Amino acid sequence: MTEIGGASSAPALELDEVIIRFAGDSGDGMQLTGDRFTNASAMFGNDLATLPEYPAEIRAPAGTMAGVSAFQVHISDHDITTPGDAPDVLVAMNPAALKSDLSTLVQGGTLIVNKDTFEERNLAKAGYESNPLDGEDLSGYRVIEVAMTTLTKEACAELGVKPRDADRSKNFFALGLLSWMYSRPIEPTIDWIDSKFAGKDMVIAANKAAFSAGHAYGETAELGAQRVVVKAAPLLKGTYTNINGNTALSWGLVAASQLSGLPLFLGSYPITPASDILHELSKHKAFGVTTFQAEDEIAAIGSAVGASYGGSIGVTTTSGPGVALKGEAMGLAVSLELPLIVVDVQRGGPSTGLPTKTEAADLMMAMYGRHGECPMPIVAPRTPADCFDTAIEAARIALVHQTPVMLLSDGYLANGSEPWRLPDVADLPNIDVEFATAFNMVNEDGEESFWPYLRDENLNRPIALPGTPGLMHRIGGIEKDDGTGNVSYDPENHERMVRLRHERVASIPIPDAVLEDGSTGNADLLMVGWGSTWGAITGACRRVRSTGGEVDHVHLTHLNPLPANLGDLLRSYRRVLVPELNLGQLVRILRAEYLVDARPLSKVKGQPFTAGEIQFAIIADINEFSGSPNEPTSTTTKKGVAV
Amino acid sequence: MTNLLNPATAVDDGPVPETTRSDWASDQEVRWCPGCGDYSILTALQLLMPELGVRREKTVFISGIGCAARFPYYMNTYGVHTIHGRSPAVATGLAMARPDLDIWVIGGDGDMLSIGGNHLIHALRRNVNLNILMFNNQIYGLTKGQFSPTSEVGKVTKSSPVGALARPFNPISMALGAEASFAARTHDMDRHHMQEVFRRAHDHDGAAFVEVLQNCNVFNDGAFAAITKKDVRKDMLIDLQHGKPILFGSEEQYGVALAPEGAVIVEVAKLGLENVMVHDETIRNPSNAFALSRLAKTPDTPTPVGVFRSIERDEFSSSVAAQIDEIQAQLGQGKLENLLRSQPIWEV
Repeated sequence: MTEIGGASSAPALELDEVIIRFAGDSGDGMQLTGDRFTNASAMFGNDLATLPEYPAEIRAPAGTMAGVSAFQVHISDHDITTPGDAPDVLVAMNPAALKSDLSTLVQGGTLIVNKDTFEERNLAKAGYESNPLDGEDLSGYRVIEVAMTTLTKEACAELGVKPRDADRSKNFFALGLLSWMYSRPIEPTIDWIDSKFAGKDMVIAANKAAFSAGHAYGETAELGAQRVVVKAAPLLKGTYTNINGNTALSWGLVAASQLSGLPLFLGSYPITPASDILHELSKHKAFGVTTFQAEDEIAAIGSAVGASYGGSIGVTTTSGPGVALKGEAMGLAVSLELPLIVVDVQRGGPSTGLPTKTEAADLMMAMYGRHGECPMPIVAPRTPADCFDTAIEAARIALVHQTPVMLLSDGYLANGSEPWRLPDVADLPNIDVEFATAFNMVNEDGEESFWPYLRDENLNRPIALPGTPGLMHRIGGIEKDDGTGNVSYDPENHERMVRLRHERVASIPIPDAVLEDGSTGNADLLMVGWGSTWGAITGACRRVRSTGGEVDHVHLTHLNPLPANLGDLLRSYRRVLVPELNLGQLVRILRAEYLVDARPLSKVKGQPFTAGEIQFAIIADINEFSGSPNEPTSTTTKKGVAV
Repeated sequence: MTNLLNPATAVDDGPVPETTRSDWASDQEVRWCPGCGDYSILTALQLLMPELGVRREKTVFISGIGCAARFPYYMNTYGVHTIHGRSPAVATGLAMARPDLDIWVIGGDGDMLSIGGNHLIHALRRNVNLNILMFNNQIYGLTKGQFSPTSEVGKVTKSSPVGALARPFNPISMALGAEASFAARTHDMDRHHMQEVFRRAHDHDGAAFVEVLQNCNVFNDGAFAAITKKDVRKDMLIDLQHGKPILFGSEEQYGVALAPEGAVIVEVAKLGLENVMVHDETIRNPSNAFALSRLAKTPDTPTPVGVFRSIERDEFSSSVAAQIDEIQAQLGQGKLENLLRSQPIWEV
């Protein structure tokens, strides 16, 4: 095996940030390659953000455009909030990847191709009539052609690895090459190979050989590209891990179980992009977590309602199509006034839509997507790591206020990752839950009894768990008498119960909305965001401010109820712009609630906003209303923004 | 995981107090139509409960939607009247969260075989410790008389004015096909028989499916009269008894035998007692039970009642709990600090 590592002879070029995009066939292992590069960068100390993009098909026909899988990672020596507008470097493992993703690369960017794949068949599959490596099409880029397949096979040949098996390791060659070019530490990758493929010695040997060969190639070949260093970012002191949204969300649910002392029960049906939460929680039986892969989405939530009724924290995780199926059971939980957490990892819709792509168009469904007056609190995390805190917040609201809660994540948060400074577990506040253990009423005949809908000052009803002696009672989805909980068709009682259920949610205390860092409170324009748009809005606002523009930003974690001060805050701005990955859902709620002229900024392409898109919209807005020229400075507005 | 906050787990394990029927009846007025078969099922169960040696507070009735689904309101136990068809799903979650409870699932043929068919078959397949009573009246009652998934072909109802077209489910066949470890049938005209079947269902560790032939005197009156009326029972109901030859008729002159085409009715005198099928609930292969379930094509020919099948099979919620216990025994109780550091970490 080739020894790897060692300093390069040429001095490295120092950059403050780099955006790299790995693209290849679904079978090429691009997600893994990107993930490993990301982890090495995280361990190195960069700030980073990632955007995995993969097709819904497990294996689309090899070599076709439909099969292209990509992973974009943004690394920096300073605080960043997005996976980057346009990559500086594109690694294209085949012609289809080049054709599909070249348009994302910045002009003059570096293009690294596996030239072995640029042969007749693959070129035809990608729709190239001639080899783009031969013509002038790529003249605007710095092209580095590497025979990755050949070099990988050569590196593996001496190990006795069959050529076909060696071919599978070519992504590690690419990773090795990029690790050299960007001065990534190699140990995390070597360690990972050892543990990931433990017991498969030949695979370990092949992957390490490919990785080393790629690294050595960078060191020895005349690449025409200087080695780059992106220094560690000055992060706050602490212990960090690189985490994606689905993992953070899962851990937040485990934390909520520990903080409340209640067992966690997950009822779930596999659906992209939420399944990884089911996978993750299934690993944590040591925490007493029960996971149940149900027969369908309805059984998934039904089982969670049953578990909540039994005294667990009932959770169901899904994506939009699953939420549509769970509506009736959510109504049951609202009627029963039981805690429940419904996690919607939003994806492109309607119907099957774009299963692996992100969108945030389920807000109206979360607010109003059930029959009858059926309010549910809604929370939305803003970054992958924030999924941890938001999951705890969802559990806190559900348990303390005895209500189902909707948590709106999305595909971008679910799969994207960022460095996360680990919280001190001792600092996480406990969630106090009390169950009824005693009679709460004396009947007319002088006998003590238990009324399951006799509310306290917080409008909570007493929850007596089955097994509690003496407090046997019946509850159900039929309207109940306010107090006794007995079936009631009384018109006055129904209106009272509808209003009580509304009030129970509307009166949940939540923190006031606070302007984001960098906001002055003096701008004319306020950006209002929710969910995963935080990174792009924050990045856009920073850029605008850096060129002298003024813009403020408020980002909502709580979407129902809304912060009490939000109306006044909105009314204190001349203009309000609401970027959303939908056609304008929060903006309608804001207009309806507060009678303010909030305007939408929409994108529904299955991709997150880039900071550039929002920056462009902010500058356009400022220019329109001030009349002063203030052109966007970024080169990254070519994707266009639908306003 | 022991749930320290849950007062229900801290209950005294002393002897179960003696109770009577009235202890198990709630204070709610029963609101089924006068003459409904549900009354006799309710009575049978309320009378049986004191004999089962269970605590009221540990007993939960879960139902879906339909006439039968009002059942929990009338039992002085814990109870949840859920949504249409989903009671097996809610009950499964409850059973997994609380294996200490005795859970009964009540529903009708529409609730369990139509809108909730998927949940029923999976509850049976998983063998969740539930006592599932399906009241089969072959009609939609609460929605006022549409054909159900057990209505016979040709049934004239409001939604099938010139006759229902689709072949009905055979509930016992369906349960056996869904790998039920316990499948039984009883009927609302015989309290003693119901109680014996319910007792068996209760004592079974796993999912116990009981089809209760139940008369809807408003929308499908007399659907089972040809087999359940007192004067015809001896000739029309075949009482399955484990380990005994399957005989029926006032003189036990008829029997059931296995023929190449399935179970058939024979005259004992002609075929000889030794050729009559001996009922064995415990055969793991469900073929014989299935053959018995196909004996009566319509409810006007001799129909087997009793326990078709009762086998031992791993119960789901205790298997789930065992996996958790095993992991906790290996790794100890999880620590959040360790979880947060379970991926590569670095210090700044």
